[in-house]
Amino acid sequence: MSTLTATWHWLADPAHWSGDDGVRHRLFQHLVLTVVCLALSCLVALPVALVLGHLGRGGALAVNISNVGRAVPTFAVLVLLLLTPVGRWGEGPTVVALVLFAVPPLLTNAYVGMREVDRGVVGAARGMGMTGRQMLLRVELPLALPMVLNGVRIAAVQLVATATIAALAGGGGLGRIITAGFNLASTPQVVAGALLVAGFALVVEGVFELAERLAPTWTRAGR
Amino acid sequence: MTAPPNDCLARNEWICGAYLSTRRQILLDAVVQHLQLTALSVLVGLVIALPLAVLARRWGWAAGPVLAVTTILYTIPSLAMFSLLLPLYGLSATLVVAGLVLYSLTLLVRNILAGLRAVPEETRQAARGLGYGPVRLLLTVELPLAVPAAMAGLRIATVSAVSLVTVGAIVGFGGLGNLIYAGMNTYFKAQVLTASVLCVLIAVAADLLLLAVQWLITPWTRAGRARAAPRRRRARVRAAGAKAGRA
Repeated sequence: MSTLTATWHWLADPAHWSGDDGVRHRLFQHLVLTVVCLALSCLVALPVALVLGHLGRGGALAVNISNVGRAVPTFAVLVLLLLTPVGRWGEGPTVVALVLFAVPPLLTNAYVGMREVDRGVVGAARGMGMTGRQMLLRVELPLALPMVLNGVRIAAVQLVATATIAALAGGGGLGRIITAGFNLASTPQVVAGALLVAGFALVVEGVFELAERLAPTWTRAGR
Repeated sequence: MTAPPNDCLARNEWICGAYLSTRRQILLDAVVQHLQLTALSVLVGLVIALPLAVLARRWGWAAGPVLAVTTILYTIPSLAMFSLLLPLYGLSATLVVAGLVLYSLTLLVRNILAGLRAVPEETRQAARGLGYGPVRLLLTVELPLAVPAAMAGLRIATVSAVSLVTVGAIVGFGGLGNLIYAGMNTYFKAQVLTASVLCVLIAVAADLLLLAVQWLITPWTRAGRARAAPRRRRARVRAAGAKAGRA
């Protein structure tokens, strides 16, 4: 009980919200890292996955890359990057690691979504004289959109988690409040930081849930 | 005066045979701790997940809340999860195990429930017609048929746990993660690379081991494989797409 009150006092103290180590700055860093890296990962992964899915090539790669991504510890990759020359560019290791871990779910879901489009519909589009590009953009992509967006959602949640671990390897973001709390042996600060991170992750998940509900019916995953 | 040593340790190289031979005991201890933490958390997760999934299957109304709670738990990043448990368990191995149990629970409940739901109604009625009671039906018909889906969940849970144990380094119980953490603070390249590679090897070995166990305990899935192959491949692709990663 006393930990809870101490945590509340930590969060209520305005001194902990301002400055470079303050909650407001860390929250902003976390948000920027998540949004920028999500955009970067989508730019990298989606064109590749959509073209591969359209051509029906490289399926084994697109599906297995997710399993490989799960077996590689995020923390190990962050530290390995920190010790390479990339480690000298400030947030370099964090950005590279975030993109590396966001790409597999995007790639796998977009590829599977494209392959799950009814072959009869694709055949009909071809019969109407559509070119490959028209089929990709006007037929396959709209029908694959629910799976593609599901991949974006998984990637976003993954990015929030990875950005938190980046604090262990010296990156910025909300995780720094937790690691600083451990260094100060301050349980209230550790718990306060954890609550902020968990809240941030749930808000991100909630935004996607809301977007899915507000979206037109045909873009929803059929579940 | 003796000259300073000029081996790969002194040059701080990424790949270093001398590191492996001089630190064998440290590496072995870390691997053992890593395996213990992983195995314990997955086993405890399995023991809790099984009754939860069976209950959620029996009472339809319980499925919604169980799945909602596990989804929320799964959304919380690992570092935050360990930190939230700090007031309860302090700086202990129990804290790491408790956090990992919560993650494996999520994956296992979802997969076992999906497996139980996929048992065909005709199969269930046929068993009832043969005079099977509810308990015998569950133990000898429904659970065995749910094994492939449950094993898929168990494999993902185990592989994720192997990789998440490393984050336990924040409280000093991270198996190979401890070596990575210490190596980061001292810029010890050989230690970081060796520990990372060992982590991936453990994950791959655990996955293959569970695959072999599944092959042994589900002999019926091997019959008629040739005919069912194309459909099964598509189902596997779909399942792979639906699974989420975790950091």
